[in-house]
Amino acid sequence: MKYVVWIPLLPLIAATITLLFGRWYIRRQAHWLPCIAVFTSFLISLKALFDVIGGARANFDLYSWVIADTFKVGVGFQVDPLSVMMLAMVTCLSFLIHVYSIGYMEDDPGYYRFFAYISLFTFSMLMLVSANNFLQLFFGWEAVGLCSYLLIGFWYQKKSAADAAKKAFIVNRFGDFGFALGVFLVFVTFGTIYYEPVFARVHEIAHATVNLFGHDILLPTLIAVLLFCGAMGKSAQFPLHVWLPDAMEGPTPVSALIHAATMVTAGVFMVSRCHEIFELSNVAMAVVAAAGTFTCFMAATIAPTQFDIKRVIAYSTLSQLGYMFMACGVGAFAAGMFHLFTHAYFKALLFLGAGSVMHAMHHAPDPTDMRYMGGLKKYMPITFITFFIASLSISGVPGLAGFFSKDEILWSAFASAYPWGKIVWLVGTLVAGLTAFYSFRVVFMTFYGEFRGREVLHGHEPHESPKVMTIPLMILAVGAVVTGWIGIPHVLGGENHFAKFMEPVLGHPHFHLPHGWEEKEALLELLLMAVSTAMGLLGIYVAYLVYIKRPELQRLVPERWPTLYRYLYRKWYWDEIYHALIVRPTFFTARAIVQGVLDSIFIEGVVNGVPDMIRRGGETLRRVQNGVVHTYALIMATGAAVILLLIYLF
Amino acid sequence: MIPVSWYLVLTLFLFAIGAFGFIARRNVIIMLMCIEIMLNAVNVTLVALGRGLAHTTAHVLVFFIIAVAAAEAAIGLALVVLLFKKTREIHMDEFRTLKG
Repeated sequence: MKYVVWIPLLPLIAATITLLFGRWYIRRQAHWLPCIAVFTSFLISLKALFDVIGGARANFDLYSWVIADTFKVGVGFQVDPLSVMMLAMVTCLSFLIHVYSIGYMEDDPGYYRFFAYISLFTFSMLMLVSANNFLQLFFGWEAVGLCSYLLIGFWYQKKSAADAAKKAFIVNRFGDFGFALGVFLVFVTFGTIYYEPVFARVHEIAHATVNLFGHDILLPTLIAVLLFCGAMGKSAQFPLHVWLPDAMEGPTPVSALIHAATMVTAGVFMVSRCHEIFELSNVAMAVVAAAGTFTCFMAATIAPTQFDIKRVIAYSTLSQLGYMFMACGVGAFAAGMFHLFTHAYFKALLFLGAGSVMHAMHHAPDPTDMRYMGGLKKYMPITFITFFIASLSISGVPGLAGFFSKDEILWSAFASAYPWGKIVWLVGTLVAGLTAFYSFRVVFMTFYGEFRGREVLHGHEPHESPKVMTIPLMILAVGAVVTGWIGIPHVLGGENHFAKFMEPVLGHPHFHLPHGWEEKEALLELLLMAVSTAMGLLGIYVAYLVYIKRPELQRLVPERWPTLYRYLYRKWYWDEIYHALIVRPTFFTARAIVQGVLDSIFIEGVVNGVPDMIRRGGETLRRVQNGVVHTYALIMATGAAVILLLIYLF
Repeated sequence: MIPVSWYLVLTLFLFAIGAFGFIARRNVIIMLMCIEIMLNAVNVTLVALGRGLAHTTAHVLVFFIIAVAAAEAAIGLALVVLLFKKTREIHMDEFRTLKG
């Protein structure tokens, strides 16, 4: 199965050529090469997918990358259900986003640059998911971070975009630091960083402990928590979630790429990939579940207060990523990956739909503000229908993709043998309602009612986007419906192909049903499904009530509980807290050290001192050089005499 | 037979005269001659020691020195002639253009 090498390689080649020749030679045609390359990658991924379904597996090194004593790492590929699923999904979404960008980025002066970057982004993500060792995973991990920096700051003339790019990069550094330590610890423990030997021998260290600051800590706990630090950064989980909403500063297709297929899914993927390590430690699982649950809830409370359409969707991503980690935290890794898979489609659709709306509103000073939208249904029917489908899917309306994956998570949480399963389930169900509410708040504010943006558009009418943008939307809309059908649970007469496909890699969760319900497992599962569906429908109904039927209710919360509203509107004040606790002290210390000590004493001392010394030395020495041959001769003779004397004496 | 040490004392004086002359005299031609004296002092040392210690290498070395000294004298005198043509000056302490 060596052909899988081409899957990441093609986008890399396309990115390189586009970056080198795009500016002067390819220019407006820059989309062709990346689109074709990614599409070919997608076809190869499909072949790999079918080969793996047919039972093929591969794990090979392309070449040796690092050889240093006992440390040997290659650029290698591991093809198994997990990686092949990710490969197929990433290339599929990336291709659709590439095509969409042709329309969205038209007229942008950085056209070629954009396509080069998103191709590079795709390459990085493909390297990340297809790795067979931690170093290559880390390579992809960092390359994805770099590309996100380039793309979020794509419009670098805009200060907010440049700041957001830096923020994304720096916040991720915190997580990556932990992740790197985790990988080091894996190497120290196992002497290798290839997945296969590590996961095969992981049980040997199940009870090993390390002494850290005087406390004995279980080795698996330490490794898993350190690795999870990286996942928190990449997948934007609390407390490293702050970069993701700001990442909206990039062009919308980038948001779709970052939020749906690449980057943020890396954390969930990595945790699932290393689930053998995580499962050895209850503490680590609890940390994962806690971070997921808290982020899920927090983001779902912030989303309904925001007016920026992309920001709402960004918080919904945070919340959905929380769901995925909730699944991981109760041992249901396949359910987490399933949600990742379905979420990728409807979230990409939501973002691209939002991008289409912004395209229609691009004459407005702030094309993302939903307060100036409304009634867009009749101007852009295709965008409306596809966006509506995505919202239904994320709200968990039965039959659509989001329903199956979300219920899989909630059921796994409820039935989980882990003690925190019930809490996870409770929060998850609650958030299902909130999700439906804020998703349909967006739909109602944007597409229903009267168009409120007349005066900001200055006579321009909103218009449907070109075909090159709407066709990807339609394809994604199909995905947002049907992707769930590969994981229909047994109680609904399905086969749950997805979980079965993943089982060789991810195993299956351990269930422990409440006393007295062991016999009626199917009934219980249906009951929970009904509860979460009811929550979802309730959320939609409330959104309908507040934003269509009785708009005066919109003022209820801001007027009745202004403090709460402001707290949520300002996103729980996390940015302010971090600013006060981390950013300002860092700046202060840096300034004190750099300007006060390093610059004025050290650098200035060296920079001015060295020439000073040379000048003074030169001035002294040149006196000797008086041009009189006799003096030279005298000095020579004296010198020779002194040397002879010294030799004679010693 | 005259002992080797006598030769050494002789060459010591010869060398000292040459060195002193080179340092003390201002006339370029005399300075060149002083160099010759020093070279020949060394030559005598080599011959004396070579004879005294029955070592032929020293004798060979002397021939080299004589050859080199001849070349050096030729070039040195040529330089002096050129210098004199250019500056009408033969006293070494007047040449200070290389002062740092």
